[in-house]
Amino acid sequence: MKPNRILTMAQAISEGIAQEMTRDANVFVMGEDIASYGGIFGATGGLLEKFGKDRIMDTPISETAFIGAATGAAAAGLRPIVELMFVDFFGVCMDQIYNHLAKNTYMSGGHVKLPVVLTTAIGGGYSDATQHSQCLYGTFAHMPGIKVVVPSNAYDAKGLMIQAIRDDNPVMFMYHKGIMGLPWMAYFEGSSNAVPEEAYVIAFGEAKIVKEGADLTIVSISQMVQKAVLAANELAEQGIHAEVIDLRTLVPLDTETVLKSVRKTGRLLIADEDYLGFGLTGEIAALIAENLDTIRLKSPIKRLAVPNVPIPYSRPLEQFVIPQVANIVLAAQQLLLQKIAHAVPA
Amino acid sequence: MQIGKEKLLWMYEKMVQIRYYEETMAAVYMEGKLPPAIQKGLAFDIGAGPVPGEMHLAAGQEPVAVGICAHLTDDDTVVGTHRPHHFAIAKGVPLNPMTAEMFGKVTGLGKGKGGHMHLFDNEHKFSCSGIIGASMPIACGTALAAKKMGKNWVSVAFFGEGAANQGAFHESLNLAAVWKLPVIFICEDNHWAISVPKPKATSVEWIADRAAGYGIPGIRIPENDAVHIFEAVAPAIARARRGEGPTLIEIKTDRYFGHFQGDPETYRPKDEVSNLRKSDPIPKLAAMLVEKQFMTPAEETAITTNMHQLVDRAFEFARQSDYPSAHDALQDVFVKGQTTTRALA
Repeated sequence: MKPNRILTMAQAISEGIAQEMTRDANVFVMGEDIASYGGIFGATGGLLEKFGKDRIMDTPISETAFIGAATGAAAAGLRPIVELMFVDFFGVCMDQIYNHLAKNTYMSGGHVKLPVVLTTAIGGGYSDATQHSQCLYGTFAHMPGIKVVVPSNAYDAKGLMIQAIRDDNPVMFMYHKGIMGLPWMAYFEGSSNAVPEEAYVIAFGEAKIVKEGADLTIVSISQMVQKAVLAANELAEQGIHAEVIDLRTLVPLDTETVLKSVRKTGRLLIADEDYLGFGLTGEIAALIAENLDTIRLKSPIKRLAVPNVPIPYSRPLEQFVIPQVANIVLAAQQLLLQKIAHAVPA
Repeated sequence: MQIGKEKLLWMYEKMVQIRYYEETMAAVYMEGKLPPAIQKGLAFDIGAGPVPGEMHLAAGQEPVAVGICAHLTDDDTVVGTHRPHHFAIAKGVPLNPMTAEMFGKVTGLGKGKGGHMHLFDNEHKFSCSGIIGASMPIACGTALAAKKMGKNWVSVAFFGEGAANQGAFHESLNLAAVWKLPVIFICEDNHWAISVPKPKATSVEWIADRAAGYGIPGIRIPENDAVHIFEAVAPAIARARRGEGPTLIEIKTDRYFGHFQGDPETYRPKDEVSNLRKSDPIPKLAAMLVEKQFMTPAEETAITTNMHQLVDRAFEFARQSDYPSAHDALQDVFVKGQTTTRALA
């Protein structure tokens, strides 16, 4: 193994898929523009040349049909990877996802096995407006029956993808466009990192402490982890030491790592690119609230997320609604100044 | 239906305007997106420059827009696609606010919130969507409203050939057929659904043939020619106005640019576009107009100059306009005055 081989997240994902396809003849890929184009976001780059059109299948623009077909093919013994270009497009085929893919195992009393990996691009930051910029992982994590994986970098993406393919359950694998390392979109360079050539897995439900710190905990996922790290570096220069946690998967959720960190720091900032309401930030805040018998908070919990508006097109509007590095820095500084009310004695 | 001089000249002017609009946008769009102005290592940055985000241009597809819209009045509705400029211009959407929208300016149609795939102009009854196939159900609804209100207004849903494999297509055709809705479904077959050519994804050669499955007329239009299109769609529009129901029409047309600007188009044969451009419908219509003596060469030049000026002014207007203030992002999720909970009179 070459120790310093740097890959983009797109390259790491397609390498992971290729290795599993070589190992297991039941794995195949289908989706829009995934064959000769290699996927609009490069997640299936080079696979057509390696595996041919019977295993790397371009589909018509018929999502209900081909995502439903993934469920059927999986029930019949195959292991489909199925891509839908943008998460925003799931509206056209939601029934097949949430009433079938997510529920058939349960309704069958566990007898139906659905090893489907559903890949999709998420996220904004490049002015693609309301119908091409959402994250929506909170929506899918909300509905029982689908595992939700949202990597922040190439190394994790490969290990999580291989794990996803080997998992016997439906897994949604969501990659943020702004960390894929595409040659046509600005990206956070921290997302391209050293990736071993051999196959490896990263277990679901294991958050990663990306940066250790004692003053506050920043919980995040996907591209926002890259922003949180940059913010933590800035904060460190000011003497504020943030612990940055990358959740990596929402379902299952690693609650222990979050609880342990907040017990240590006593302060929590949740930074998210999904909508604020009824989502990831609220879920993590509730986790802490439910465990206040073992946590001594020094300040109220703070949440950064898209303030319950669709993602606007215009650059200054979009930059305003999506939390930026500067917003994380400011929120952390404010947290350190805030105090909580004393508990009323029983 | 015989087409008069006035309509012919209108179609020609609009086509010149659309083509120049798309070519201007193609150039402006690249501003700020190329090295060395962008992040090191990138060949192109989609989010940079005065017009960021995806950009889908319709050069080559002008005849579809003008051939249909030449039949429409201000009361008729058009619902377009993710590649919407030619429809918008042909429907009469003013260039200044339309262009300002694509620059993300406060003077834009949607105050900068929509962007190029999401243009809304109530006054000219125009809208569009970035979701494939989404035009058809919406057009069924505007047609239903016209019918309920006792008007003879028609609705036009434009969509690409790739969208004919969406559930929304099949559901809308059936709904419009059973309710006899005044909708004209116009399929623009430009052969490419991003990188997937029609024969790889579609079960029939002619999508228009699918009309039979819904008991409605289907019209095949094999020529990317404005006059031909105008004449061929006339019976369908008349039928809708008479309250006799929808028609499915398919028009073979050509996409000169990539799916989006910056598309490497590795999937497309190298000489395809240059061959398509040999049968460019705009000079063809100009030659016909000159031959019929509807237009002198001097008038042809004047039309070109005037149309280019309109477009240039719109881009200048957009550049000069202000950006919205950041906090404006929080407005307009709901209509004004009804954002709080209170009983409505």
